[in-house]
Amino acid sequence: MTTYLASRLLQMVPSLFLLTVVLFALMRLGGDPVMHLAHPEASPEEIAEIRAAYGFDRPLPEQYLKQLRMMLRGDFGESFRFRSPALPLVIEKLPATMELAAVSMLVALLIAIPAGLLSAIFQNSPLDLGVTTTSTLGRAMPNFWIGIMLILLFAVHLGWLPVSGRLEATSIILPALTLGTSVATSLARILRSSMLEVIRQEYMTTAKAKGLHRWAVVLGHGLRNALIPFITVFGLQMAWLLGGSVIVEEVFAWPGMGRLLLNSVKVRDLSVVMAGVCVFALVVMGTNLLVDFLYTALDPRIRYSSS
Amino acid sequence: MTASGPQALGPESTVSEPRKYRYRWLWRLRHSPTGTLGAVIVVGVVLVVLLGTAIAPHDPELIDLKQRLVPPVWAEGGSVGHVLGTDQLGRDVLSRIILGTRVSLLVGIAGVALAMLTGVFLGVTTGFWGGWWDGLVSRFLDTFLSIPFIILALAVIGVLGVKGGNNMLRLILVLGLANWVIFTRVVRGEVLAVKERDYVEAARAIGQRSWMIMLRYILPNVTASIIVLGALQISTVIIAEASLSFLGLGVQPPTITWGIMLADGRDHLATSWWLATFPGIAITITVLGFILWGDWLRDVLDPRLRE
Repeated sequence: MTTYLASRLLQMVPSLFLLTVVLFALMRLGGDPVMHLAHPEASPEEIAEIRAAYGFDRPLPEQYLKQLRMMLRGDFGESFRFRSPALPLVIEKLPATMELAAVSMLVALLIAIPAGLLSAIFQNSPLDLGVTTTSTLGRAMPNFWIGIMLILLFAVHLGWLPVSGRLEATSIILPALTLGTSVATSLARILRSSMLEVIRQEYMTTAKAKGLHRWAVVLGHGLRNALIPFITVFGLQMAWLLGGSVIVEEVFAWPGMGRLLLNSVKVRDLSVVMAGVCVFALVVMGTNLLVDFLYTALDPRIRYSSS
Repeated sequence: MTASGPQALGPESTVSEPRKYRYRWLWRLRHSPTGTLGAVIVVGVVLVVLLGTAIAPHDPELIDLKQRLVPPVWAEGGSVGHVLGTDQLGRDVLSRIILGTRVSLLVGIAGVALAMLTGVFLGVTTGFWGGWWDGLVSRFLDTFLSIPFIILALAVIGVLGVKGGNNMLRLILVLGLANWVIFTRVVRGEVLAVKERDYVEAARAIGQRSWMIMLRYILPNVTASIIVLGALQISTVIIAEASLSFLGLGVQPPTITWGIMLADGRDHLATSWWLATFPGIAITITVLGFILWGDWLRDVLDPRLRE
C-alpha cells in the first residue's frame, strides 16, 4: 500500500517536470519577453539593458534551468498588474475556488448517487427514462449557460438568491448548482451503467437468496461494487470541475483563482497566468492522488495486486 | 457514408434486416429514434450553415437603434418582424443565431480534425512502436491530462494574446491542442490489440515496412473508433468554443458567435431575458444533435467504445 502510493507520488515528478517545460516553451512562444517589460518607446540600448538584466541574453536551456529553480522556490516573478509576487496572489484566491469546488462536488454527489442508483434499479421505468433524458440534455448544455438561466430564474425573476459575488452565505448556492449539475449528469450516467452491470452478478442473487432486505442488497452489495468505476470517473470529473470553475466564477463574479487567471490572461499578466496554471495542475494531481487512496480503500483487489 | 467497420452487434435482432448490406446503416438509423433525431439535427445545422444569409430574415449586423431590445414575437411588445426579438443595438436575434452557426460548426469541425490528425498519428505510432517514443508521448499525455482544458486554453491564449492575429485560427489551434489527448489514448489502446493479430505478423513476415503496415493494416482497423470519437468530440469542442468566446478569449466581435451573444445577453439579463436564452438553446440543440448522432454511430460501428 505504502509502496504503491510512493510510486504514484514518484510518477507525478516527470509530469510536473514536463509541465514546467511546456510552460517555459509557451512563454517563449509568446514572443520576446523583453518587449513586455520595456515600455513601447524604449531605445535599442534600453532594450539590450533589460535583456541582460533579466538574463534573456543567455542560452535557452540555461534560462530554463534558472526559471525551473525559481519555480521550485515558488517564485513565478512579479505580477505587473498588482506589483507584487505572482504566487501569493494566486494562493490567496485558492480557498474561494476550493470552497466552490467542494460544495459543487457535494451537490453533484447528492444528485448523481440517488439518480444513478434509482434509474438502474428501476431500469426502463419512467423514472429511468427521466434520468437518462435529463443527463443527455445536461451533456448538451454549456454549463455557463445553465448558470445564466439559474440567475435569470432565481435571482432576476424570483429574487430569492443573490445574482453574484461572495458576500452572503447564500451566494454559493447558484454557482455550486451550476457546476454541480454539470458534473452530476456524467456521474449519474456512469453509476447507472456500472450498477446495471453489478445487478446481474451472482453475488447479488446470493445476497437476495440469503433473505437480505432489498435495500440491504442494493446498498451493501450493489452500490459498494458499483462505486469502483464511479470513483475513476469522479477523479476525472474533479479535473473537469476545476476547469469549469473558471467560467462559473466569471459568470457569478466569484472571487476565486479562475477569475484571477482569466483577468490576468486578458491583460497578459504572464507571471500570474503561469503561477495559476501550475497551482491548478497541482490541485488536479493532488485530487487524483486522493482518488487513488479512495480506490485502494474500496477495492481490496487493487490493494493486494500492488503489494 | 457506408458502414464498413466491424458489424459486431449483440444478439441478432428479431426483425430481419434487409439483404442489401450497403444500406444496413440506414436501416439501423430508421430503427433508432434517438439516432434519427441526432441525424436530423446535424443535417439541419449543416443546412443552416450552407444557406446562412439566404434564410436569415434580416441582415445580422444591421443596427437599428429605434428597434432596440424588442422582445420575441409572443411576448408583450414583440413584433412579427423580429421573431426572437432584437439585441441592445436593435439587431435581429434570429438572424444572428443563424449566422453564429457558421463559426460554431467551422471551429468545431476544424478543431476536431486537427486533434484527430495529431492524436491518430501519435496513437498509431506509439502503439505500434512502443519503446522510448511511447514513453515520451505517454508522459506528455499525463501532463496534459492533469491540466483542465480551460486552464490549458487560458495558458496558450494568455501567451499568444487575445487581440490581434487571426483569432479563429488561434482558437482552432487551442482546441486541437486540448483534444489530441483523447484520440491518442483511444487509438493507442486499439493499436495495441490490433498489432497482435495474425495478419500484422504476416505482413511483418513478408518484410513490409512498418509505415506500410501501419497505413495498410493497422489504420483501417481502428478507423471505426476514430470516426465515432470524432463525432462525439465535435460536441465537446462546440461547447468549448462557446465557452471561450463567452469569456472573450475566442473569436472577437464583429464576428458573430453564440458565445459572444451569450456574453452580451448576460449584461442585459435584468431587462431582456431573450438575449441570453436563445443562443443557449441553439448551442444545446446543436450539441445534442452531435451527441445523439455520435452515440448512434458508436452503436453501429463500434459498440465496444460504450463507456
